[in-house]
Amino acid sequence: MPGILVFVEQKDGVPRKASLEALGEGARLAKSLGVPLAAATAGPGAAAAAAIAAKRGPAKVLAMEVPALATFSAAAHGRAIAAAAKATGASLVLLGASAQGKDLAGAAAARLGASPIADATRSAVEGGKVAWVRPVYAGKALARVEADGPVSVVSLRPNAFEPGAEGAAAPVEAFDPGVPPGDLRVVVKEVLAPAAKRVDLTEADIVVSGGRGMKGPENFPLVEGLAAALGGVVGASRAVVDAGWRPHSEQVGQTGKTVAPKLYVALGISGAIQHLAGMSSSRCIVAVNKDPEAPIFKVADYGLVGDVFEVVPELTKAVLAAKGG
Amino acid sequence: MKIAVCLKRVPDTTTKVRVGADGKSIDPAGVEWVISPYDEIALEAGLQAREAGKAEKVIALCLGPKEAAKEVRTALAMGADEGVLLLDGGGERDAASTAAALAGELGALGAELVLFGWKAIDSDQAAVPHLVAAALDRPCVSFVTKMAFEGAGLVLHREVEGATEVVAAPLPCVVTAQKGLAEPRYASLKGIMAAKKKPFAEKPAPAAAATVRTTRLEPPPARPPGRIVGQGTAAVPELVRLLRDEAKLL
Repeated sequence: MPGILVFVEQKDGVPRKASLEALGEGARLAKSLGVPLAAATAGPGAAAAAAIAAKRGPAKVLAMEVPALATFSAAAHGRAIAAAAKATGASLVLLGASAQGKDLAGAAAARLGASPIADATRSAVEGGKVAWVRPVYAGKALARVEADGPVSVVSLRPNAFEPGAEGAAAPVEAFDPGVPPGDLRVVVKEVLAPAAKRVDLTEADIVVSGGRGMKGPENFPLVEGLAAALGGVVGASRAVVDAGWRPHSEQVGQTGKTVAPKLYVALGISGAIQHLAGMSSSRCIVAVNKDPEAPIFKVADYGLVGDVFEVVPELTKAVLAAKGG
Repeated sequence: MKIAVCLKRVPDTTTKVRVGADGKSIDPAGVEWVISPYDEIALEAGLQAREAGKAEKVIALCLGPKEAAKEVRTALAMGADEGVLLLDGGGERDAASTAAALAGELGALGAELVLFGWKAIDSDQAAVPHLVAAALDRPCVSFVTKMAFEGAGLVLHREVEGATEVVAAPLPCVVTAQKGLAEPRYASLKGIMAAKKKPFAEKPAPAAAATVRTTRLEPPPARPPGRIVGQGTAAVPELVRLLRDEAKLL
């Protein structure tokens, strides 16, 4: 196997957490396979992000800070990653499976003649080849997949792999991937950013979700309050999103986001099978629900049977006190 | 203008997944099959565009087994004008092989706008639309929550982690639907009756191939059985103690 390339997604010169995890896994695989590791960054801030990535194990980092990659286009960025893979002689390309990473795995694979593997959660090296495990049916089953082609492109699920340790910095090289104008047909006109900068659900360490038991959108400050106390982000069940109480970007489950945080707190969520599929690989699950028979308690490490309107304010206070002390 | 919507037949979200006898696919016994929910949203967006006079025709395209005729009929009953089922002859097909089969047919159909759901809820790959777009040399705009026709192209809102991007894309192009783009309608009785008279072609798909192969399918590791810490606010201190001392999360 000639080599591994990790594409490091970045914003304003700061690499994404999922990308640092991909770099960590890339470094472990490179060591175990005895092959070189390279990294690449793209867009405004690519050079600054490359300098950070350079300390995480690659032999070199290609910084693609060119006008053609100034805004995001899947085709242009996919082409750039393919060019970087060819320039570094990589036969395995890794990315973090963020929203952008999912786009880019497909777009880069298309330009490398590969079939991508999305959202891997584990790797195994056997006979000089890498096999991957990836959840399917939103986590209701795990598929083990192997790639036979000359190049494989794999996106890694956030929170599934450990980032590597920092070490000596590798050289950073400016690299122009030569993006043709045909890849620049999609133009970003505007970015409507929400008021506060939030961590995405899929990358959050702590997720606090509210369900139908919250009884209405006016009660979600309780969910937000506990999330703030724990340092987490807010999620929601499908029922709540379908009712219009919360935006669909917060939905956890088979038709929403699949999450695997260190701590998942389910408030007033009964635990429909499609919700459980989306959060059952969380490391620790806490559930608060009035109904002791709710299916959520079958997967909860710590279940508390009670009224969310009584329990959540007390829990929020107790968490703040525990963290303060 | 023609719009093509690609649909995948998948197990319904309430399905309990069991591993089949071959150890690498699901046991189809008792599974309720449906159009993948995001593809249904894409179809609805296509139908609304036609109803707004932006397109003459919506074609539902599905690659699947002969049983997938049911999902194509559903699309016709919802309002699609024509259905095409590419009959998959069996054998493992990876994302690239799926995309190659769809791209071949889409090229022949001559649809300027190709719509997909952003992912299928069985394989969870979100790869095929980009592979199809590359094969057709068209741009692909993903995670779209709003679509408007402006001039000779489209203005699309795409939802990406924490922000909404407004992008302009020319036609022809490929667009993938995220929740919020449209609320799928139910097929009316009239629609179901009308569907029977609509053009519906079944034709063999190109042979399946796979460089990415599934070698095993298994249930996820079982979680330890659930544990009830206690009842009501009285149990809050114990819950916090466990989170701090046992789970080491505080």
